[in-house]
Amino acid sequence: MGMTITEKILAEHAGLKEVAAGQLINARLDLVFANDITGPMAIKEFEKIGVKSVFDQSKVLMIPDHFAPAKDIPSAQQCLEIKRFAAEQKLVHYYEVGRCGIEHCFIPEQGLVVPGDVVIGADSHTCTYGALGAFSTGVGSTDLAVGMAQGEIWFRVPENIKIILHGKPKNRWVSGKDYILAIIGKIGVDGAQYKTIEFAGEAIDDLSVDARMTMTNMAIEAGAKNGIIAPDDKTISYVKERAKKQWRIYESDEDAVYEKIIEIDVTDLQPQVAFPHLPSNTKPVSEATGVKIDQAVIGSCTNGRWEDLVEAAEIIKGHKIHPEVRAIVIPGTQDIYLRAVKEGLVETFIEAGAVVSTPTCGPCLGGYMGILAKGERAVSTTNRNFVGRMGHPQSEVYLSGPAVAAASAILGRIGIPEEVAQCKY
Amino acid sequence: MQILKGHVWKVGQDVDTDLIIAARYLNQSDPTYLAKHCLEDVFPKLNEKIKKGDILVAGKNFGCGSSREHAPVAIKHAGFSCVVAENYARIFYRNAINIGLPVIVSPETVKMSAAGDRLEVDPIKGIIRNITTEQTYQSETLPPFMMEILEKGGLIPYVSEKVKADV
Repeated sequence: MGMTITEKILAEHAGLKEVAAGQLINARLDLVFANDITGPMAIKEFEKIGVKSVFDQSKVLMIPDHFAPAKDIPSAQQCLEIKRFAAEQKLVHYYEVGRCGIEHCFIPEQGLVVPGDVVIGADSHTCTYGALGAFSTGVGSTDLAVGMAQGEIWFRVPENIKIILHGKPKNRWVSGKDYILAIIGKIGVDGAQYKTIEFAGEAIDDLSVDARMTMTNMAIEAGAKNGIIAPDDKTISYVKERAKKQWRIYESDEDAVYEKIIEIDVTDLQPQVAFPHLPSNTKPVSEATGVKIDQAVIGSCTNGRWEDLVEAAEIIKGHKIHPEVRAIVIPGTQDIYLRAVKEGLVETFIEAGAVVSTPTCGPCLGGYMGILAKGERAVSTTNRNFVGRMGHPQSEVYLSGPAVAAASAILGRIGIPEEVAQCKY
Repeated sequence: MQILKGHVWKVGQDVDTDLIIAARYLNQSDPTYLAKHCLEDVFPKLNEKIKKGDILVAGKNFGCGSSREHAPVAIKHAGFSCVVAENYARIFYRNAINIGLPVIVSPETVKMSAAGDRLEVDPIKGIIRNITTEQTYQSETLPPFMMEILEKGGLIPYVSEKVKADV
């Protein structure tokens, strides 16, 4: 019987010839990591296990990104805990503020994850790396502690859902974020609960690696264990420039078993907006243009990559942010930030009246750097719009891609990118 | 594992981990601190009203969103003895078992129980008795190794026992 990419990777890491959905396995881990929020709890649990050191100092990584640079004293304490642990354990991969960025932007950018890897991270958006053809999934702090100690963890082999996107979108602003929001809108926030989503089709082939990462990043928003995309030439050239280790390409067999195959034609798809308070409340942007906004956030592990900033800058250039709106641009990593400085994007944003922040998860999860007051509304390129996600429980978050967020920042309400051309300021 | 007894606190479907414990409290991981803010945007002052052993009953996809283990920790330390839900988001489900919080799947219980009902839950046998309505429900039981994790009080006691045995 044929296997999917996910099954092949898991089988190889479990030392088995084949695995099938539902099977419980122990899989070897290629990378195990946590951040300043989940790390301290994982370290505390790790210390209870009774082992002295992590299984492999080059495969355990700690990164301060959520409330870093530290937003307050308790956050500083948490950052210090992971820093100390990294030093005590002599971890190869600890990255201080100023030399890193948002974990799911930084880790692939630096070639620390490659196709064929099995990765766990104590962060739900760890599923991002499926865009490179790796199996990666989010876990809690205790699972992470065990992963750090033992270098392996149990998994239930997930069922597979294949989503095939056909066509080329007529709307030039439609990209990965719009595809994934449309998919979540169709299948629901539990539409892939416990399962793998394998993305395929012409529209996926046409996406850049950055845009593919936006899609696999939000697989968790449909409840998926992982999202995955078969590596192609684009993946290989992305990885080649960066990889710090050997990679291995897997492809799904033609007779691989899928629980469900969903086909979507994206030809006429409009940019999507997810209304509060679930990522599945999606509507075409044309149905959202009455929503007045107080803040626009462009960044995060979902849309803080180079192309996202380029897209936003293209729309913002020559315009001004609406007088009543705060626009916050957050490059995902220091490398992206530096490139944005060198290539003039930062100038474009600042001249328009936006702020450009150091890389951080900050506002996405209501940490800092753009918290909403009671009754305020934000359009945001982040991944969740739950109650209170970005601040006050009575604030609202509307999710979109960078083009819609940039257009909205100028228009003062959720806007269609094409509307900006008619805007006089 | 003993029979769990308590009154029902009921929440709806797709309750996410931000609602269970908002990120504004994630600058600390002390269980008592987290417990104080558990579900506070749903049940203000829950920590003053809850009785130890009470049971959280929830709709589908309970615990969706972030991987924060702070969520089951907050629920456990707030005083809830277990959660009964239609089904769970996967990271939350794993985390709950890993920290020794019983999570029971029973759509019937969710459908047929109201806030304030008194429940008795046998997590080993998967039997749930609603004392108020005098109904009994059978839920699916956990696979043996997950049951063992739960009975040991979580994944860390389970793993550290194995680590010691290997030495």
